[in-house]
Amino acid sequence: MASTEEIREGLAEIVNEITGVPAEDVQLDKSFTDDLDIDSLSMVEVVVAAEEKFGVKIPDEEVKNLATVGDAVTFIEKAGS
Amino acid sequence: MARSQARVVVTGLGATTPVGGDVASTWESLLAGRSGVRKLTQEWVADLPVQIGAPAAVDPSEVLPRVEARRLDRSAQFAIICARQAWADAGFSGKASEAGLDPERVGVVCASGIGGLTTLLSNYDQLRDAGPRRVSPLAIPMLMPNSPSANVSIELQAQAGAHTPVSACSSGAEALAYAVDMIRLGRADVVVAGGTEAVISPLPIAAFANMMALSKRSDDPTAVSRPFDKNRDGFVLGEGGALMVLESAEHAEARGARVYAEIAGAGMSADAHHIAQPEPSGRGVVTAIRKALTDAELTPDDIAHVNCHATSTPAGDVAESVALNAVFGDRTPSIPVTAPKSMIGHLLGGAGAVESLATVLTLHHGLVPPTANVDDVDDDINLDIVRTTPRKLDDGPLAALNDSFGFGGHNVVLAFRRT
Repeated sequence: MASTEEIREGLAEIVNEITGVPAEDVQLDKSFTDDLDIDSLSMVEVVVAAEEKFGVKIPDEEVKNLATVGDAVTFIEKAGS
Repeated sequence: MARSQARVVVTGLGATTPVGGDVASTWESLLAGRSGVRKLTQEWVADLPVQIGAPAAVDPSEVLPRVEARRLDRSAQFAIICARQAWADAGFSGKASEAGLDPERVGVVCASGIGGLTTLLSNYDQLRDAGPRRVSPLAIPMLMPNSPSANVSIELQAQAGAHTPVSACSSGAEALAYAVDMIRLGRADVVVAGGTEAVISPLPIAAFANMMALSKRSDDPTAVSRPFDKNRDGFVLGEGGALMVLESAEHAEARGARVYAEIAGAGMSADAHHIAQPEPSGRGVVTAIRKALTDAELTPDDIAHVNCHATSTPAGDVAESVALNAVFGDRTPSIPVTAPKSMIGHLLGGAGAVESLATVLTLHHGLVPPTANVDDVDDDINLDIVRTTPRKLDDGPLAALNDSFGFGGHNVVLAFRRT
């Protein structure tokens, strides 16, 4: 299983690909909407790409609970364990 | 019906076409008679009955940042590129409020013939091959036909309304007519208007070819689109578009804007005849031309030039010539006409916009661009076709028409005036 840092890095790559936000800005304490300015459509793209990359399922009803990058990393860690 | 006193002028131009990535290069190519028609190089052309087209001279990926481009269908990419050019050309920078305009007095009318078809097709491929989860959440916002106009309104903060006329190959001209109405009816002072299209892909090529609408010639690609020539056999599919900044003359004058020309009037009609065939007597076209002249308070004798729809189909070009002769009578052979589709192919929803832009520049510079490939004029065509080199127009006040017709029998004629 990937480490917390590996998952963060993987997410950062996805966020950069989809939104152009620099990968180094995608840190655990950052809010997807308030800090990274990711809209709801791009968030779905990030989620689907993350599902593919990490081999997990992130149900639609969970997405609203993933406020920060840290929330997403934690969810992926648990879902993958 | 009484028409409003507001005169509408063109103060900014933007274009990306098969012969140039901007207005200057497009105009230069048209004057030089340079064709943008090429053999298509994509892998998918191998099985198609038609393997030529007129792709944009400058791919939008060379102009737009990657992240911005990936959220836009190619037709909306063209629209954003054209809008930025036209906005800057009109002397505006930034969003409407930053440019000193009231956002609620700025509108957008960006037409499309077919909408975001390639986005639809690529998402259908995803659905079929990888399942519903892989269909993009951006699919609908990208493929909806109003996506170009909506994106331009967001880009410019245009809040007076964002509209999308859809009338096949006359859509781009209808957008300009709609914009004129917005200004005359007092709904806006400034409207960014025109149209774009981006459907060079296997399904539309196969479909147009099966309609017998596309040329099946396989010789020199630049010689395939040949409006009015005896050996024409259909159009060439092009892509790109144009947008213009239209303003009330009063608004333009108050800010000291440069005026290219006036859009003096518009005439529209429907053939109510057949879903794809032109009405052979040109009756609907005649009506549209007469309506445009009346709306512009012009007579047939005032018209010094016609930018023809002329797609290079056997029936369509003849019907247009018949209609022009019906309106202009004995004067017809002394009115220089041109057919830009001989060089840029058919931009569908973008065609009327690009060709209106060419009409505006023709009046502005007093030069009619030549029609390419008219080697042997069809006996049924009775027009003064400008060939080989540009034709100079008289100095002073002049008026010209742009014809745009669409599958479904839509006829849109715009009257432009140089004052």
